[in-house]
Amino acid sequence: MNLILVMIGGFFGAICRFSIGEWIINNNGFPLSTFFINMIGCFILGWFLTFANQTNKVKPAFTLMIGTGFIGSFTTFSTFSVETLHLLQKGLILTAILYVFASTVVGIGLAYAGHKLAIIKKEK
Amino acid sequence: MIWMIGIGGSLGSAARFIIGNLISKKTKNKYPFPLGTWVINIIGSFLLGFLTQLYLSNVIDKRLFLFAGVGFCGAFTTFSTFGYETLTLIQSNYIKLAAIYVMSSIIVSIISAMIGFTII
Repeated sequence: MNLILVMIGGFFGAICRFSIGEWIINNNGFPLSTFFINMIGCFILGWFLTFANQTNKVKPAFTLMIGTGFIGSFTTFSTFSVETLHLLQKGLILTAILYVFASTVVGIGLAYAGHKLAIIKKEK
Repeated sequence: MIWMIGIGGSLGSAARFIIGNLISKKTKNKYPFPLGTWVINIIGSFLLGFLTQLYLSNVIDKRLFLFAGVGFCGAFTTFSTFGYETLTLIQSNYIKLAAIYVMSSIIVSIISAMIGFTII
């Protein structure tokens, strides 16, 4: 049953990733669409998991479908690494470094921001 | 066409869920290092590198690439969990381990994507 829930979330997560990627234009070789998608996903997951952990309102089944399934499938690490490889192969070393650095630093920062937001909401 | 991505995505997330559970069961959560996501992201990067090469050299068509590459590999690997796990490590004061997790995930996944891309 858990597996089915993850798969339902994963189905929509992948479609959303593709659809958003379609309307973001990648400028100057910087993979903006993947960057944008991964950053939104980090923020939402940081918020969602903290929210789910501190309140008992969210059912574990729902956490699996949204957290593991949808957001997990929405964001992607493989496209991130293949895109970085392509930048390196094209000789765009600085863009590659910027991409990796921005993705990790902003991603972790946004996960923290989401986490904090969930805590603040609870205190209120 | 979009259905192919959705089906690939549901299979990819299912594989991530199964392999992730298997690894956390094996390690019995003894170590704080998120080995499951680490392994999954490395394998997925290799696979996507390989599939990209097959697609660019016209061995597989766009439909198959959307299914296996964009759908499956994209959903199998995850950046959000990677970010959240790093945050958790930092908050538990495993600063060094967090740095190792981030650096090794990135370096090894790019190398494995390159191996996948150049293997044929």
